Amino acid sequence: MTTTHPAARSYLRHDRSLWRRALLRTDTALGLALVAVVVWATVAVPYFAQPYTYSTLLLNSAPLLLMVLPVTLIIVTGEIDLSVGSVLGVSSALLGLLFSHGMPLVGAAAVSVLAGVLIGAFNGFMVAVVGLPSLAVTIGTLALFRGVAVGMLGTTAVTGFPGEAALWLRATVGGTPVPRVLVGIAVLAVLFGVLLHATTFGRGVFAIGLSSETALFSGIAVNRTKMLLFIASGTVAALTGVLYTLIYSNAIGSNGIGLELQVVTAIVLGGVSIWGGRGTLAGAIIGALLIGTLSKALQLLNVGSDVISVITGGALILSVVVASAGGLVSRRRRSTPTAPKNGG
Amino acid sequence: MSTPVQEPERAVASVRPSALEALIRAREISLVILIVLLVAGTTSRHHDFLLSSDGWRELLRQPTILILIAVGEAMVIVTRNVDLSVGSVMGLSTYFAGWLFHHVDGIPIIVVVLATIVVGVLLGLVNGVLVAFLDVPALVITLGTLYAYRGIAVLWIGGDFIRPAWLPDAFRTLGVQGVLGVPVLLIVVLLVVALVGWFMTSRRQGRELYAMGSNPDAAVLYGLRTRRLTVLAFASSGGLAALAGIAYLAIYATGDSKVGSGFELQAVAAAVVGGVAIVGGSGTIWGVALGAFFLATISSALPVLGIPSLWQQAVVGALIVIAITLDRVLFLSRARAALAQRSHA
Repeated sequence: MTTTHPAARSYLRHDRSLWRRALLRTDTALGLALVAVVVWATVAVPYFAQPYTYSTLLLNSAPLLLMVLPVTLIIVTGEIDLSVGSVLGVSSALLGLLFSHGMPLVGAAAVSVLAGVLIGAFNGFMVAVVGLPSLAVTIGTLALFRGVAVGMLGTTAVTGFPGEAALWLRATVGGTPVPRVLVGIAVLAVLFGVLLHATTFGRGVFAIGLSSETALFSGIAVNRTKMLLFIASGTVAALTGVLYTLIYSNAIGSNGIGLELQVVTAIVLGGVSIWGGRGTLAGAIIGALLIGTLSKALQLLNVGSDVISVITGGALILSVVVASAGGLVSRRRRSTPTAPKNGG
Repeated sequence: MSTPVQEPERAVASVRPSALEALIRAREISLVILIVLLVAGTTSRHHDFLLSSDGWRELLRQPTILILIAVGEAMVIVTRNVDLSVGSVMGLSTYFAGWLFHHVDGIPIIVVVLATIVVGVLLGLVNGVLVAFLDVPALVITLGTLYAYRGIAVLWIGGDFIRPAWLPDAFRTLGVQGVLGVPVLLIVVLLVVALVGWFMTSRRQGRELYAMGSNPDAAVLYGLRTRRLTVLAFASSGGLAALAGIAYLAIYATGDSKVGSGFELQAVAAAVVGGVAIVGGSGTIWGVALGAFFLATISSALPVLGIPSLWQQAVVGALIVIAITLDRVLFLSRARAALAQRSHA
């Protein structure tokens, strides 16, 4: 007679209702919500179900989709990076400044991305080495680098970037409405997904989020992990700044202002716990697509950007409310004792 | 859980700081010195900055807005939370006050002020209740309400703006009047700061706000009603942000849907520059008021010194980073000294 450990049994019992658990998963629920929004928009919003709409929708969501990737990993460690929008601004302003002073585009873009690497390293240094709360550090660098971006270019806007770059990035792939730049983002998303969910490094990221001390005692290089993630975040944000500038052929100091709200909203909406330790990259990406789709649909309905910002803010609060209520329910469920009926 | 980390923290209190450190630690004194240096330096470049009736008045009344908003922010940060919605609350309040003056003929100023404060307190209550009862970080909630409140303001106000003609003469002169050369506005704001300072140092609930911020878990175990305290802190912050909106209206006699945007960063900067630890539990209200005065004076000094005001936000950010780094470095050096003292004992 085989005896099963109570814990294992309860796990097996869970396994029986695998389909039910899959349905209850945040990712699945979000995916369904995304499908629902797309269906609603297709039916109710004029001009939504058109290839051109799809491709501008994806193009407009590109900055958000890119920035969500590294910031999700940072939030899973229990930290936060609020400076991403400002890093985008600095990189865009720097690209504009260098390009308008006659520097070749490729060189200017490289310098701009390098600036992002350095800013990320600075954030990481303050958090991992000096030991400051990331919230305080990145609120500071949010203000600092937005100020640098605005100060650098003043009130002028740099335009006149080579049109070929914009055309190349905007061009759709094959017969699909997917812009070329999205293919690059997809590749990057897969890389970040594998990094978070299928490597030792990723396990460490989750471990840090659940308990930084336990992770440290388990031999995880906590500070190095945080440092690398902040560098990744700065780099990706600066890369986004370069792409943004080229796609819209416009470099101004206010590019990407307030984007940190959308990034955090997408990630929290995507079921990633703001306390760290829980969440999936796929969820965060679906969250970003949900925001992008909703904004596009509302924009087509001639709803102003102010209403969209009310909705984004409301969605952020609603998503944490739902997550918090869900957490309370599952905590209660977990605490109900399961009586062992095992005879062996 | 982590005794080796906490030990130096406990021992820190017993270490006598060096003279220089004591000076940097007494944040109020160093801020006063910085303000004097800044004003003196700027005035030597451009005499009108201080030595004209306009310059003098601007110098003293323009920081009142930030002082009010930063003092409210400090009450929240002390509890280990943060309120990013203060700028939006201020914006809504400013227009609400102007709108009341415009639509209710002959409404007494005090009624408008009180009604506006009520609006601010209500907006703060929403933040406080959400943070206290949902167990969600204040950062997320107030980042949400930052945009939600601003959006409501834009929806309500649209392209409209407050005309000076809407405001009664008595209210407009409030912004310019002075007693012995000191603007009435500054006197009122100093009274408010004194009241909040007294509450935070001498009232039971004020001390409980500090206790909660220095160790939320211990505060719960000790029996403090942390939820009620959280709501209190956010409601106060909302009310003070509304009062800042009134000060804005008294000074500028106008205002559109963008009033107060970006003030949340300046408020956080003023609080941390004024000596409030971003992790809660310490800092004085007078320090915050001086921090706000310093920050506002920098903003008005920059253009005089030939630096475009566009760089102002960069200065704000740099000051936040410098202030929190300085606090941390001082703490670490004392912790090290404390450890050394222990091993010698």
